[in-house]
Amino acid sequence: MEKTVNQRAWLLVIPVLILVAFSSIIPMMTVVNYSFQDSFGGNEFFWVGLEWYRELLHSERLWDAFGRQLLFSFIILLIEIPLGILVALSMPKKGFAASICLVLMSLPLLIPYNVVGTIWQVFGRADIGLLGRALSDLGISYNYSQNAFDAWATVIMMDVWHWTSLVALLSYAGLRSIPSAYYQAAKIDQAGRWSVFRHIELPKMRGVLMIAILLRFMDSFMIYTEPFVLTGGGPGNATTFLSIDLVKMALGQFDLGPAAAFSLMYFLVILLISYVFYTVMITADKNEANR
Amino acid sequence: MAAITLQNLAHSYNPDSGADADYALKEVNHVWEDGKAYALLGPSGCGKTTLLNIISGLLTPTRGQVLFDGQDVTEASTADRNIAQVFQFPVVYDTMTVGENLAFPLRNRGMDKALISERVQRIAEMTGLEADLHKRARGLTTDLKQKISLGRGMVREDVNAILFDEPLTVIDPHLKWELRTQLKSLHQEFGHTMIYVTHDQTEALTFAEKVVVMKDGLVLQIGTPQELFERPAHAFVGYFIGSPGMNFLPVTVEGNSARLKDAAVTLTDDYGTPDGDLRLGIRPEFVRLTRQADGLPVTINHVQDAGRHKFVNATLFDSEINIAVDEGSQIGPDMTRVILDPEKISIFRDDWRLDGRPVDQVGGGAS
Amino acid sequence: MSLRLEGVSKIVNGETHIHPADIVLEKGSMNVLLGPTSAGKTSLMRLMAGLDKPDTGRIFWEDQDVTGKRVQDRDIAMVYQQFVNYPSMTVYDNIASPLKLRKKSAAEIDARVREMAELLKLTSILGSKPAEISGGQQQRCAMARALAKDVGLVLMDEPLANLDYKLREELRVEIPRLFKASGSIFVYATTEPEEALLLGGNTATLWEGRITQFGPAMDVYRGPVDATTARVYSDPPMNFVSVQKDAAGIRFPDGQLIPATGETGNIPDGTYRAGFRAHNLEIGTLQPGAVSFAAKLIVTELTGSDTFLHVSVAGERWIGLIPGLQDFRAGQELPIGLNPESLFYFDEQDQLVAAPDQPVDMERV
Repeated sequence: MEKTVNQRAWLLVIPVLILVAFSSIIPMMTVVNYSFQDSFGGNEFFWVGLEWYRELLHSERLWDAFGRQLLFSFIILLIEIPLGILVALSMPKKGFAASICLVLMSLPLLIPYNVVGTIWQVFGRADIGLLGRALSDLGISYNYSQNAFDAWATVIMMDVWHWTSLVALLSYAGLRSIPSAYYQAAKIDQAGRWSVFRHIELPKMRGVLMIAILLRFMDSFMIYTEPFVLTGGGPGNATTFLSIDLVKMALGQFDLGPAAAFSLMYFLVILLISYVFYTVMITADKNEANR
Repeated sequence: MAAITLQNLAHSYNPDSGADADYALKEVNHVWEDGKAYALLGPSGCGKTTLLNIISGLLTPTRGQVLFDGQDVTEASTADRNIAQVFQFPVVYDTMTVGENLAFPLRNRGMDKALISERVQRIAEMTGLEADLHKRARGLTTDLKQKISLGRGMVREDVNAILFDEPLTVIDPHLKWELRTQLKSLHQEFGHTMIYVTHDQTEALTFAEKVVVMKDGLVLQIGTPQELFERPAHAFVGYFIGSPGMNFLPVTVEGNSARLKDAAVTLTDDYGTPDGDLRLGIRPEFVRLTRQADGLPVTINHVQDAGRHKFVNATLFDSEINIAVDEGSQIGPDMTRVILDPEKISIFRDDWRLDGRPVDQVGGGAS
Repeated sequence: MSLRLEGVSKIVNGETHIHPADIVLEKGSMNVLLGPTSAGKTSLMRLMAGLDKPDTGRIFWEDQDVTGKRVQDRDIAMVYQQFVNYPSMTVYDNIASPLKLRKKSAAEIDARVREMAELLKLTSILGSKPAEISGGQQQRCAMARALAKDVGLVLMDEPLANLDYKLREELRVEIPRLFKASGSIFVYATTEPEEALLLGGNTATLWEGRITQFGPAMDVYRGPVDATTARVYSDPPMNFVSVQKDAAGIRFPDGQLIPATGETGNIPDGTYRAGFRAHNLEIGTLQPGAVSFAAKLIVTELTGSDTFLHVSVAGERWIGLIPGLQDFRAGQELPIGLNPESLFYFDEQDQLVAAPDQPVDMERV
């Protein structure tokens, strides 16, 4: 549908443009500026061109962090999406129970990132934590600050606990929008539970699931607070994901130039992957429809 | 296939209040004969969908029983009733091809593969879906999708009944003709018991052998299209069936004579001396414009030309009436009188039809 | 006051929704856009309203070019298939809303609202909210709102499509009345030929984004310029049979010959398609001179007063409408007939070459 051409409309957008300019465009330009310069002490800057970018692309440390990051996001999606759907499917359809469920489900979403980190940090401690103590009493050795696998498992658990609700709520909304006629038809056709899911619920949830995957991917790709609170990226560099690495570089080492280049590349990578994700899903959808 | 019996059936969405007005479906007793095609016809909110949902098992009635071949299924679930249903909007499985959609109810019942494909082929032929069998159902037009829904409803031979809930609402007028005939042919071919809910009289009359006319939760009449047209049991049936509906004129009746203001109309039947609110009902098709002096005087208000007919709106003794005039006939300025066909006159008392006795049996030698 | 479209077209994503259209709607005229779903009725209306900008062509309102003019600045009202009212306002406030926007005085608004309510039988429910009234009343409320501001152009896009059959019948009578009272240009979209005829005025038939014909309703109905228009303006769909014209007359597929008289006498020899409407098919005792066929009955539909016959004849499928109720067995052979006077003839390009004589114009009372 084509809009009627009206230049005056731009006047109305100006306040927002100014706000956005101050809140994101100008800071971002500063970062771009930094990424091409080297700084000594405080205020002396030298033009270094693409030096930082070149260096970063050859940095093993960065590639390691990138690999960890991808693996992390992949595992998160693999767990949270099916689990969220499962939770949504088993939620009550209507009435008081449904409202209670919705409120309970939203609780984790309301907890700040660093609090989630702290909760799990305490929860997992072998001396005073409920989980850590229980596991060690069962004879299972579990120590997230020493063992890389345990640290990973804890971070993943944390994220799953924190965000599966979001996937579940989105899926639940998708499920509720399916007209009852479909379920009735399925009953009449004597379709099994799996068939109902495979041929009715899943295809009708498609739209919301795409959004859920995209949101969870972008968010998990930027994870920072939880592993930082838990182990500060350790043990060793085991849970040093991209953003932790970035902060280490920028604040810990005061390498403003490389850090600026890093964040720009980080930003572009997220943009790129999200874009690819989105187009692939959209075209798959279109092809399916036209087949 | 089965005969469906409704026994003292009534339903209220608010049964505790006990008020009669709360009943979305007032008490009904009826047997739907095996293998016949029925239509439930009425304006929105008349209770037709409530009745359909009770038969399909989606609703449990407040009172009474539903029997399939004498067996009480009132409490049975939809799945256990062995019925098929076609909904207002197409319900298709997007993930499957057209053929898989048609085969789905059979596959779920573990039918033999060869038998399934034979049956699917047959249904596809009858619904005109042969060319599309291997296409993905998703992305097809609404018309085709609704054909799939119809086909899936028909595909099982052993169903007790097939229920249709306004299935042609979303279909273009030209295609309605095609789908309606297909439905009719499918009924003739397979002989399923069919129940069809609609607010469109053309669909109801053309589809069904018997039409159930409902209003405000009450079944007003169950009859063949001809009975509904010629002998409506209730003034509402007269109004609702036919387009435009029946004309009504306030009258007083004595024996076989109806008096409208200062004119008298001779009736074919003797009604005695009924009291109450009396009205004479006659269809626009049976009112004839004429020059003859013995007609009743009318003033013509306007004429609408619908191609095959012209509809004349006129005033007869303070009442507005419609007159249908055939395509070839002319309307002259001197045609200011009408003749009502006495054979086709109905008399209603307090909206319900009165049955008279044919005149020649009454007095014997009157003629 | 007139609305003129000159070569107006609309292309969306490389797909032509409206082929260049020329049409002039005169002051105080009722214009029905008739065509099946997605024939372009809504697209054309949106162009007329100024909701969409045409890709080519110009639109004139009272001889002024308004092609790029915003819909807000134009003098139009629109009624949709869905019942569009403000849910939080009463019927009264709904009807008053466009008048308030035009800064009319309270007394003026009140008088106008009551006038519209009277016209559309809404007086008794002026205090109700849209959710509390029936669908028919909601649509009447939407119409009252559209007509209250007394605009030059009223566009109605299948306003009756979502209503019950009987309500539709009622409003079909009311709309021409409203139209006469308003003096505006009315444009009304519908898929139903009968509705177009009953509303009267002019009909524009649409097919695949093209206006195939525009003229007084009866002229188009009785003289469709091509087979497409004839098909669009027939419900049940028009029946066709292929015929051969030669020196001897008109030959039907089974060899029957009828003399080529009147207009058909003047058409060159060749192959034609003859079309006729359902109610012109006859059964039983045929009129002298009728073309007779042996038809195989597919199915009959009884409507209470008439019977629809679906038959197959020489590989064609026809639908006939005969008066009275007559039930036949499917598969039965039926002798049917056609009055040659009721046939339309179309050439190989589907253009009309001969139409039945117009019935003598009835003397208006």
